[in-house]
Amino acid sequence: MGTNITAVVTGVVDAYKKDRSRLLDIVRDVQAQLGCVNDEAAAQIAASMNVSRVDVDGVVTFYHFFSKTPVGKYSVYLNNSVTAQMNGRAAVAKSFTDLAGCQFGQTTADGLIGLFDTSCIGMNDQEPAALINGVVFTRLNADKVKSIVGDMKAGKKVEDMVRDHGDGANQSALVKSMVNNNIQRKGPVIFAPFESGKALKAAVAKSPDDVIEELKVSNIRGRGGAGFPTGMKWEFCRKAQGAKHYVVCNADEGEPGTFKDRVILTEAPALLFEGMAIGGYAVGASEGVLYLRAEYMYLRKYLEDVLDGLRKKSVLGANAGGKSGFNFDIKIQMGAGAYICGEESALIESAEGKRGEPRNRPPFPVQNGYMGYPTTVNNVETYCAAARIVLEGGKWFKSMGTAQSAGTKLVSVSGDCRKPGVYEIEFGTTVQTLLELVDGRTARAVQVGGPSGTCVGKKDFGRRICYDDLATGGSIIIIGPNRDLLEVVHNFMEFFVEESCGWCAPCRAGNQLLLHKLEKIMHGHGTEGDLKELESWCKIVKSMSRCGLGQTSPNPIATTLQNFREVYEAKIRKGADYDTEFDLLASVQESCRVAGRIPNIHEEH
Amino acid sequence: MSELQFTIDGKDCKAKSGQTIVEAARENGIYIPTLCNFQGMKPAGTCRICTVKVAGRYQAACTTPAAPGMIVESNTPEIEDMRKAIVEMLFVEGNHMCPTCEKSGNCELQALGYRYTMLAPRFPYLWPVREVDAHAPKIYLDRNRCVQCLRCVRGIVTGDGKHVFALSQRGNKVGIDIDAQLAAGLSEDQAKKAMDQCPVGAILRKEIGFAVPIGRRKYDGKPIGSEV
Ligand SMILES: Cc1cc2nc3c(=O)[nH]c(=O)nc-3n(C[C@H](O)[C@H](O)[C@H](O)COP(=O)(O)O)c2cc1C
Ligand code: SF4
Repeated sequence: MGTNITAVVTGVVDAYKKDRSRLLDIVRDVQAQLGCVNDEAAAQIAASMNVSRVDVDGVVTFYHFFSKTPVGKYSVYLNNSVTAQMNGRAAVAKSFTDLAGCQFGQTTADGLIGLFDTSCIGMNDQEPAALINGVVFTRLNADKVKSIVGDMKAGKKVEDMVRDHGDGANQSALVKSMVNNNIQRKGPVIFAPFESGKALKAAVAKSPDDVIEELKVSNIRGRGGAGFPTGMKWEFCRKAQGAKHYVVCNADEGEPGTFKDRVILTEAPALLFEGMAIGGYAVGASEGVLYLRAEYMYLRKYLEDVLDGLRKKSVLGANAGGKSGFNFDIKIQMGAGAYICGEESALIESAEGKRGEPRNRPPFPVQNGYMGYPTTVNNVETYCAAARIVLEGGKWFKSMGTAQSAGTKLVSVSGDCRKPGVYEIEFGTTVQTLLELVDGRTARAVQVGGPSGTCVGKKDFGRRICYDDLATGGSIIIIGPNRDLLEVVHNFMEFFVEESCGWCAPCRAGNQLLLHKLEKIMHGHGTEGDLKELESWCKIVKSMSRCGLGQTSPNPIATTLQNFREVYEAKIRKGADYDTEFDLLASVQESCRVAGRIPNIHEEH
Repeated sequence: MSELQFTIDGKDCKAKSGQTIVEAARENGIYIPTLCNFQGMKPAGTCRICTVKVAGRYQAACTTPAAPGMIVESNTPEIEDMRKAIVEMLFVEGNHMCPTCEKSGNCELQALGYRYTMLAPRFPYLWPVREVDAHAPKIYLDRNRCVQCLRCVRGIVTGDGKHVFALSQRGNKVGIDIDAQLAAGLSEDQAKKAMDQCPVGAILRKEIGFAVPIGRRKYDGKPIGSEV
């Protein structure tokens, strides 16, 4: 084993030329060959790259898809988003544990199968879904699990377990995936016909300043959620001093419930890459980085092929778009499983091969970003829209949407509706109109913007989807009349506890405490005082946290307390101002179990 | 360096350009509580106790540079209560048994607890299971007391720039990891520095201790912040 580790580590480290910024790739490749990155492998990586062992371990233990212990020849990562749960995840999980013969979080004794939970993998419209060695399996049920586990036990290649393929480019030879695009509504910006090469030609015919001016005219704001004006961001980046500039595309798409970037990557990658090239031209960059979440690894070969095609057409490469002196190319950097890496400065850290911890600001990425150079980080959809704006004009774009929120927006709709999938809607569309489009009229609540967004009820269905009212990076989860809302909130809070990077105290400790308090209420031990404390703790976590994750993570509780207070009130002990959380019954049962005695207690219910 | 003017809680203050709010406040005789911050180290902004309000937004004063005309709110009942909440969070998310700790009386977390008159924390104790690491020859790492300030990560590096301490895991599982091999090469001075820079009793020098009796230590007589 020892010599094997040495051979593998040496081979991989040399392949990446001992480049510290490629540590994520190195760890991934070592794990692919050894099944994990144990202490010895980590120590050898550290020694051969001349970094300390704890820095390598820090990276291995930060990312969800890296492991110090074996993850199995077949590693099953079953999505645990709320939509997966709505669609029967519990039964699927049980089939896996029964048939594989191990629990979640474990690997079978023979090392064949590992079962793990994982945060939303971007398949919310086809849940329950899982990743097995990077291959996506959608719409799982007990029968499918039976055949999958059978195939694993028979030693079948994971690729060969996929029998049906999805629509569109999911069928292409380089993807061959069972994923479906589910494009339910095409609009004028993203999924309209596009002739590759044309947008970049139009851009390079202008000066970079004029391209930025056109974006400013369009009023476009970032599609990733925060809504920062794109023209302004590009201008800051262009003006920032630096020997080089970078364009980075944020394809981390980690907010539970969004999957629209996955569909763009599948169906409109040429538009995206051209948008990045236009960004490169505007800010003065010669290199772009697509940071692709690990969950979308199955698209990598296909995307590399699209990039190759664009190089052949001179949309990328030397004199890109036919502009002499404008050299621009794009590389793909894979993530490794961490929601926080969608936060732009954490994404940059991760792309540099480090733990995905957000940076302190100032400086901002436009001043000091990837590798220390001025960098613009934008969402997948933002680059696509920018390319379209260059083609159709800023005024055209601005004529759609609302005053503060120009253009259209892709939304990913999932949950209790008949037509889940991707919709390109005009900004300003009301929740009610959307519910009619997706056939989700019976909705009791709609989660706009994912867990970090807002949970609204019927009285708010007249509100509009746009930055100045209900903002969303794309996630819309519809919660039907028979769902237990507190279970939904609980799922979201568990997500934040799992995904906090742990850097700052209020987010690291605060989210656990909020979850704990929520559970106290769900277990029937809450009082009026607990609801008041919840409100006050939400405020503390939001105010004191360092980045957008902690500043929004209390939202599932805060917005349901505001819009569905009756749900909490039905659970608490009316009139009591104090209730100990101590559960005598459970404690006695536990101690009896430990001591091997039979409890002698009478329930008073 | 040019000078600039700004205010903290209405008091006129001067700062050199580039100075953080925390640094400038001290020079102007105003105490803003800090815990992870350490003079001479790049600010990390992990504890958030120094949070202030600037133009309606909450910001960590240790990572935010003072700017001309800036209006900083610091000592308001609202902010002070949230700071106290952070101290309480740090107590409940770790396992802090002050009476048996070598750092008692010199501990900055304990001192902040006194300053904020923390009696029983408003939060329930989380009782995490944290490992003690005594592999390294000179240093004893008790993660039960760690507040993840990252002073050791930032401050203790080998001659060729390698980290002796680093964070591992993420979220509520994060913890400081020590590279025992590199730690073995630490000089006496560096090992002492590691212990002295640790604001709590997470990093202790092995084989020495309790040289100054409890009761005669730094914060036993007067509260933290009284030097400002
Ligand atoms: C916790 C967290 C997760 C985020 N995840 C994403 C993401 O997956 N995709 C994305 O485009 N932006 C995400 N963002 C927003 C980015 O920080 C950044 O604002 C965005 O990529 C900028 O691009 P835009 O201006 O084109 O929207 C996230 C922010 C936070 C705080
Ligand atoms: S708010 Fe949460 S995710 Fe953001 S830096 Fe702090 S601990 Fe990390």
